[in-house]
Amino acid sequence: MLRVRNVWWIVALGALVLFPLIETNPTYTGIGVSALIFMGCATSWNMFSGYSGYVNLGSAVFYGVGAYTITLLADHLNVPGNGDLFWLVPVGGVAAMIVAVPVGLIALRVRRHTFVVITIAIFFVFQLSAINFSFTGGTSGLQLPLIPWLETNYNKPFYYAALAVVVFAVLLSVAVRRSRFGLQLLAIRDDEDRAAGLGVKVFAVKLVGFTMSAFVVGMGGAIYAIFIGQIYPQFVFDPIFDISIALMAIFGGLGTLTGPLLGALVLESTQQYLAIRFSNGSLYLILFGSLFLVIVLFVPQGIVVFLGDWRSRRRARRAEGARVVLGDAS
Amino acid sequence: MNGTAVLHSIIDGVLTGSVYALMATGLTLIFGVMNIINVAQGIFVILGAYLSYALSVHLGIDLFVGLLITIPTLFVVGIVVERLFLTRIKGPERVVMSILVTYAVSLVIEGILNLVFSTNYVELHAWYVNRSVKFLGIYLGYIYLLGFAMAVVLLAALYVMLYRTRFGTSVRASLADQTSAALVGINVRRVSTICFGIGIAVTAAGGMIYGATNAFNASSSYDLISRLLVIIVLGGMGSLGGALVAGIMMVTIEDLVGVVWGPVWSSLSFFLILVVVLSLRPQGLFGKRSVRVA
Repeated sequence: MLRVRNVWWIVALGALVLFPLIETNPTYTGIGVSALIFMGCATSWNMFSGYSGYVNLGSAVFYGVGAYTITLLADHLNVPGNGDLFWLVPVGGVAAMIVAVPVGLIALRVRRHTFVVITIAIFFVFQLSAINFSFTGGTSGLQLPLIPWLETNYNKPFYYAALAVVVFAVLLSVAVRRSRFGLQLLAIRDDEDRAAGLGVKVFAVKLVGFTMSAFVVGMGGAIYAIFIGQIYPQFVFDPIFDISIALMAIFGGLGTLTGPLLGALVLESTQQYLAIRFSNGSLYLILFGSLFLVIVLFVPQGIVVFLGDWRSRRRARRAEGARVVLGDAS
Repeated sequence: MNGTAVLHSIIDGVLTGSVYALMATGLTLIFGVMNIINVAQGIFVILGAYLSYALSVHLGIDLFVGLLITIPTLFVVGIVVERLFLTRIKGPERVVMSILVTYAVSLVIEGILNLVFSTNYVELHAWYVNRSVKFLGIYLGYIYLLGFAMAVVLLAALYVMLYRTRFGTSVRASLADQTSAALVGINVRRVSTICFGIGIAVTAAGGMIYGATNAFNASSSYDLISRLLVIIVLGGMGSLGGALVAGIMMVTIEDLVGVVWGPVWSSLSFFLILVVVLSLRPQGLFGKRSVRVA
């Protein structure tokens, strides 16, 4: 049975698949790659933080670990600059999962508010380590093998790789949401003590969710690294990434499926456009910060919920109107 | 490494740590009273430093005299930010929303500071900044001693205000339980606004010392906020005494590790202490055990 909602998903996917075939301007396809990377990351961030209520503001840790893993591996394994590089993307995700376990063991011991702060603190430690240790190349960063693709088609492989990650993230999110495990995450969000009282192994559930969400973010970081071709600590361990991901999910609708996708698509495209349009970094910061404030203050429940409310209000009004008309007739 | 160097790093750590404790106290006060994690605290410190910089470079006002202007200025800035943005935060995810709002505020301020002062690193200068006094065979910078004295005076003033005045009683009541405080007739809204102002005002003083002891630009705020957050988590979020102890302890240990193992490890030691302490006491050194909130 094909329901209307599923048709929309297929249409959206088709549009995303067709986009780089129709639009050949590398500036726009480049924005497309970034948007897809963020859509995948925001969806998987939401899969843990949106469902469980434990807001992770250190997800750039996973992103950076993914990016550094693929770069270091490509270097040590002498992977040539061709399609083989993409096979290492899931390895970046696995590395992020491996890092997520000890991070989660520490950070998930505390309740929500402190968790947020600890994830921020842990993020800065990773950024500092990437700057301070020598195997990461310090502030001068690391190079990936050059990719000798034609400039006109350069973005396409990255685009489809990122799209594959998005599809994976969405399917994973749906699977989690429909599973017993997903219900346990939601129960933790609603009332952790009661969930524990009802037999949910809260710590284990949180840790598994945290680790799972790290996988996709790590893959996102890996794709970003090969897309950019050179990584620096400040760019892959970027505090703006931490916040952007959370903002995208919240802007779209925390805990919803379409919210993070829409939020990431809209915000990342806008952000990239602003960054290109206002090459002056300071103006960009002011504009982005202001946009951000407006979103958080005026649409705190997210656009998906906001539009849903608006639609049901309109429907209610129409029904009201119909009743009035009927009343007049009688 | 020798005994003198270790002693030096300990004394330096205590002197610098007191300034961090001052800034962290502002942060933990804001969290305790308002349930707001103010991640803009770092950029407010830098704002304070730049204000002192502008006053001393353009008007020739001494750094410490300038505090008489910068502290009230930041108090007002804090109140304006609180009234304009933080009062609008609603909904159940208040803490998270507060982080996003204050982060957005800090991005805007960072952009403005970059526009006005450029991204070149600057340092505050005064006749006492590069002088030092010899004590027990070690040289102590005047600025560190003055900073310590200033932090002690301001923390003492804060203590007196919190524990010896009627307003302080209202603040502590709001820290303990907002609903009950409101029930006994405390205007929690007003207390919150003033506390936010105070929490921001102390950054003017901290920022001045920070600017005199470090070269800074607007992005130094990231380093600052990460340290301040670690300090308040360690001390126990919302605990004023905890912020004080943790601030001094963390900076001292960091300095000590820097001398003993090298500067690469000193920043990491910050994190390792956090890990060890939180494994033993998830609520922080002086934090209250989280109670069930319905």
